[in-house]
Amino acid sequence: MYEFEYRKPASLDQAVAMLDEDAKILAGGQSLLPTMKMRLASPGALVDLAAIPGLSGITVAGNTVEIGAMTRHAEVAASKEVAEAIPALADLAGKIGDRQVRNRGTIGGSLANNDPAADYPAAVLGLGATVHTNKRAIAADDFFQGLFETALGEDEIITKVSFPLPEAAAYEKFVQPASRFALVGVFVARTGSGVRVAVTGAGPGVFRATALETALGGSFTPAALDNVEIAADGLNNDLHGSAEYRAHLVTVLAKRAVAAAR
Amino acid sequence: MSETRENGIGAAVRRKEDNRFLTGEGRYLDDINLHNQAYACFVRSPHAHARINGIDKSEAESAEGVIAVFTGEDLAADGIGGLICGWGITSKNGEPHKAPPHPALAQGKVRYVGDHVAIVIAETPEQAKSAADLVDVDYEELPPVVNIADALAPGAPQIHDEAPGNECYDWEIGDKAATDEAFAKASHVTRLEIVNNRLVPNPMEPRAALADYDPGTDMLTLYTTSQNPHVARLILSAFVGLAPEHKLRVIAPDVGGGFGSKIFVYAEETVVAWAARKIRRPVKWTCERTEAFLCDAHGRDHVTTAELALDDEGHFLGLRVSTKANLGAYLSTFSTAVPTYLYATLLNGQYKMGAIYAEVQAGFTNTAPVDAYRGAGRPEATYVVERIVERAARDLNIPPEEIRKRNFIPPDAFPYETPVIMTYDSGNYQLAMDKANELIDRAGFPARRAESEARGKLRGLGYAAYIEACGIAPSAAVGSLGAGVGLWESAQVRFNPTGSVTIHTGSHSHGQGHETTFAQIVSDRLGIPIENIDVIHGDTGTVPFGMGTYGSRSLAVGGSALMKAVDKIVEKGKKIAAHLMEAAVEDVEHNNGVFSVAGTDKQVTMAEVAFAAYVPHNYPEDLEPGLDETAFYDPLNFTFPAGTHIAEVEVDPQTGKVDIVNWVAVDDFGNIINPMIVEGQVHGGIAQGIGQALLENTVYDAETGQLLTASYMDYTMPRADDLPSFNVETTNTPCPHNPLGVKGCGEAGAIAAPAALMNAITDALGVEIDMPATPEKVWRAAQSAQARAAE
Repeated sequence: MYEFEYRKPASLDQAVAMLDEDAKILAGGQSLLPTMKMRLASPGALVDLAAIPGLSGITVAGNTVEIGAMTRHAEVAASKEVAEAIPALADLAGKIGDRQVRNRGTIGGSLANNDPAADYPAAVLGLGATVHTNKRAIAADDFFQGLFETALGEDEIITKVSFPLPEAAAYEKFVQPASRFALVGVFVARTGSGVRVAVTGAGPGVFRATALETALGGSFTPAALDNVEIAADGLNNDLHGSAEYRAHLVTVLAKRAVAAAR
Repeated sequence: MSETRENGIGAAVRRKEDNRFLTGEGRYLDDINLHNQAYACFVRSPHAHARINGIDKSEAESAEGVIAVFTGEDLAADGIGGLICGWGITSKNGEPHKAPPHPALAQGKVRYVGDHVAIVIAETPEQAKSAADLVDVDYEELPPVVNIADALAPGAPQIHDEAPGNECYDWEIGDKAATDEAFAKASHVTRLEIVNNRLVPNPMEPRAALADYDPGTDMLTLYTTSQNPHVARLILSAFVGLAPEHKLRVIAPDVGGGFGSKIFVYAEETVVAWAARKIRRPVKWTCERTEAFLCDAHGRDHVTTAELALDDEGHFLGLRVSTKANLGAYLSTFSTAVPTYLYATLLNGQYKMGAIYAEVQAGFTNTAPVDAYRGAGRPEATYVVERIVERAARDLNIPPEEIRKRNFIPPDAFPYETPVIMTYDSGNYQLAMDKANELIDRAGFPARRAESEARGKLRGLGYAAYIEACGIAPSAAVGSLGAGVGLWESAQVRFNPTGSVTIHTGSHSHGQGHETTFAQIVSDRLGIPIENIDVIHGDTGTVPFGMGTYGSRSLAVGGSALMKAVDKIVEKGKKIAAHLMEAAVEDVEHNNGVFSVAGTDKQVTMAEVAFAAYVPHNYPEDLEPGLDETAFYDPLNFTFPAGTHIAEVEVDPQTGKVDIVNWVAVDDFGNIINPMIVEGQVHGGIAQGIGQALLENTVYDAETGQLLTASYMDYTMPRADDLPSFNVETTNTPCPHNPLGVKGCGEAGAIAAPAALMNAITDALGVEIDMPATPEKVWRAAQSAQARAAE
C-alpha cells in the first residue's frame, strides 16, 4: 500500500469539499482497500464517510424499504423488517462475500463500485429501486452503466437506496468458487408493473434479461422459461466459466428463483 | 498394547501447543524482530522466459531508505553457489539427470514469472518494495512453454542449454518384457489418460526469512520457515557456501504449515542470509501471498497414460504406465525423486498386480519449480491405480469393491515384494474395505441413487483403496536410489534434576502436534506427568542433527528414535536405582517410571533417580552423573499405511455442482499415539485431496506464461462449507519393524481422496473427466452423457 491522506468529514458538504481529484471515497473499504494493498490503486487521499450522521439504517414504511448507504450487509441480512418486507433482499445480503466482508461492506459502496459480479446491483435493478444521492434520485435502470461505471458524478455521494416492495421475489446465486462472487446471480421480481429479471456476474455489468421477463410476464412459472435461452454473445468468458455456460446458468437460476419467489 | 494410561500412548490428549496457538501467543517468523533490522524485497521477473541484457540499479539505489541492491553478479563475486537438487536420477540410457544451474539470483536469463532477479534492502518494507519497482531490467523476451507435453515436443523453446529438448531424465522401473507378456495374454485391457493437476501448497503462514550476522563470533543465524532446519543448514553450508556448518545456525520457530513446500532451500532465504553478512545488519523478508503463488514450489503436474491388463475374471495381470512430469523451470531440492521413487514405486497399489512397467519422462517448463507436496508422488500413484482399477471394474461389469477383493494382497502374504522394488511389511486390505462398505451403507446405495434420480440428481459412489510408503528410509536404501542424504532421525531425552523432562527432536512440527504426541510417548514410558515434559525442535543450535519432517515420517522415524532414547534412560536409570536400593541391576525392573526390585517392596521413582543423577551424593562409582540420552534411529524399511476411502456424491446435472454427501475413511496407521490428532490429520488430508479433485487448479497462460491463478480470487482453496462431515475410522495392523508399531498418518487423506472423489463423480456421470471437476466441466460431461443416452 502506498501512503495516502486520511480525511474524515462530519457532514456530506464537508465530504464533497474534501473530494479533490486525487481522493477516493471510503465506505466499507472491502474492494478499495485490498486493491490499495495490492498497489493496484494509489489514491492520494481517502474520504471516510463513517462519521457522517444519518447515512446508516433501515426503514420500512408503506411500500418501501429504505436502506442508508453506509448500512452494512450484515445488518440487512439480519434485519427482521427487511426479511418480512423483501425476504429476497435479506437473503441476498446474507450471500455477499464472507462474514468479515458482510460486517464491513456497505450497500452504498457496493453500488458505487458496481463490480460486474457484485450481488446488490442485481437486487437494485431487479426490484427497480431508486438510488438517492446528495444531489438527486436515480432510477436503477439509469444508474448502472457497465463495468465499474455508474451514473454518479465526481462529487456525488450515495445517501440511501429505496426499494419498492415486490409481490414476490427471489435471488439465486451460483458462486465463482474461488472468490465467491456471483459467477451468475439472477434476481427475479414480480411487481405491480411487471416481471423484472436482473442478472449479475454473467456480463460486463448487471443487466435485465428481457427475454426472460417477457416469458415470465405471460406466466410466472419455471415452466415458462423451458425453451427460453439468452444469448452467450457478450457474456463473460474466463477460467471459471465460458459465456455459453453462464448463459445456460441464467435460465437455470431464473427458473429456480421463480420457484423460490415469495 | 496394554491399557491406555492417562495422557499416555493411545489417549486423545488435547494438544499442548494449541494453548499458545489459539491465544495468539505463537511465535512465527514474522513475529521475530531484531534490533536495527532492514527489510528485503525481491525484484521478480514479469516474464516467463527472457534474456537479461542488463540491469540498471542506480535509480533504486538512490531511492529513499535504500541500503543496498544486489544482483546475481554480486552473489557470484562472493562465490555463492546455486541451489541444489539432492536426489540423483539415472535415465534409461544410464546418464545422470540433467542438472542445469539454479542461481539464487538470475544469471543472464529468467525462466518463469516470479524468477528472482535482484534483492532490494531498505529501512522499511514499503521503501524496499517501492525501490524494487525502480530496478531497471532490460529483458529480451523469449517464447515460453508451460505445459510438459509441449515442452518435451520437438521444436519447443529451449529453457536450459544443459537440457536439450527440455528433458531432465527419461527413467524406467519394473520389468518391461514381463509386462509385455502379461498384456499379450490379457483378455481385456483398460486404458486411461490421466492428468494430475498442478497445485499450489498454500500453507497458512507464508515463507519468511530473517538473518543476522554476529561479527564477534562470526556466527550467521538464519530464522526461516523450514520443515528441516538441519538439512537447510547442511545445504546452505556445504553446497551454497554461505558459512561453515558450525558458523551457521538455522532456527525454524513456530511454523504455520508446510505441506512439503517448506522442505526446500529457496533463493530468498539464501540471499537474505548472505546479504545480512554483507551489509552487517539483520535482514528480513516476508513473502506476500501472491509471491507465494508465484514462487513456492508447486505440487503434482503429471500427464499419464495407464493400461491395466486383466483376465476374463477381472484378475490383474499387468500394469503399464507412461508419465510425463513437469518439474518447472529449475530443479527444486528433492524434485527429481517425486515423480520417480516416490511415485512409480507405489504403482502396485494394494494388489497382486502381476507385472509392472513404468516410464517417467520429466522435463523443464517456464513455470515455478515443482517438488514434494503432501503425499509427494504417492497421491499421483494412487490416482493412477485407483482410477484405472475402478474403470476396469466398470468395463468388465464387476462391482468396484469386488474387483478389488479379487486382487488384494491377502493378509498372510506379508512381507510382500512388489514388482516395483517395495517390500510391503504388513496390511489387511479387505478388513478396511469391509469396514468402509459397512460405514457408508454400501447395500443401501442403489436406493439412495434412485431417490436422487427422482429429484433430478445424479448420485455416485467412488472407492480408493490406497497404499503409501512413509518414513522415506532406511538410509542405505534411499542412498542406493540416489538420495544425497541419510534419512534417519535423532532424539534426546534430557531429565532435569527435579524430574521434569526436555525432549529434543530432529523432527520438526509445523502443525502436526509433536509437542503433544512425543510428550505422550515419554509420559507413557517413564511415568512423567505430561505437563512436566517439553518438546524442543527446530533449532540447529540446540537440538541434535535431524532430518526434519515430511513423508509422514516424524512418528515412525522420530518417534522411534525417541523410544530408543527412552530405552537408554531406563537402562541407565536401572543402574542408578539398583545402587539406591542396594540391589543388583539384573533384579531391577522398570514400569512406568517406577524402579522396583523383583520380589520385594523396594522401589524408587524416576524423579528420585533423576535427582540422584544430578546431585550424586549417593551414587554408583562407575557411572557418569546426569540423565540425558541421545539416540539415532535408522528404520529397517518404509512403513506402509493403507486403507479404503469411499466418497458419495450428488451431482446437479443442470449446473454441474457436485455435493459430497458422505465420506468414509478407514485407515490402517498401525498403532496410534493420539487418536484425536490422527483424526485431525485425516480430516486435513481429505480436505486437501478434495481441494485437488474439485477446486484447486494452477493455470499458466500457454502463450504468455503468466500465472492466471495467482490469488484466492482465482485459485480455489477448499473451505469448510465445501466439505462433508467425515466418517473416520481406523484398523490397526502394527508396523512390525519399528518399536512403536506406527506407520504415519499425515498424508493419507490427500493420497486417497482425489481418486475416491473422482471415481464417485465419474460413477454419477458415466463419463470420464479430469481434475478438478469444476462445475462447468461436470455440466458439460453431464450434457454429453445425456446426449449419449439419448442416441
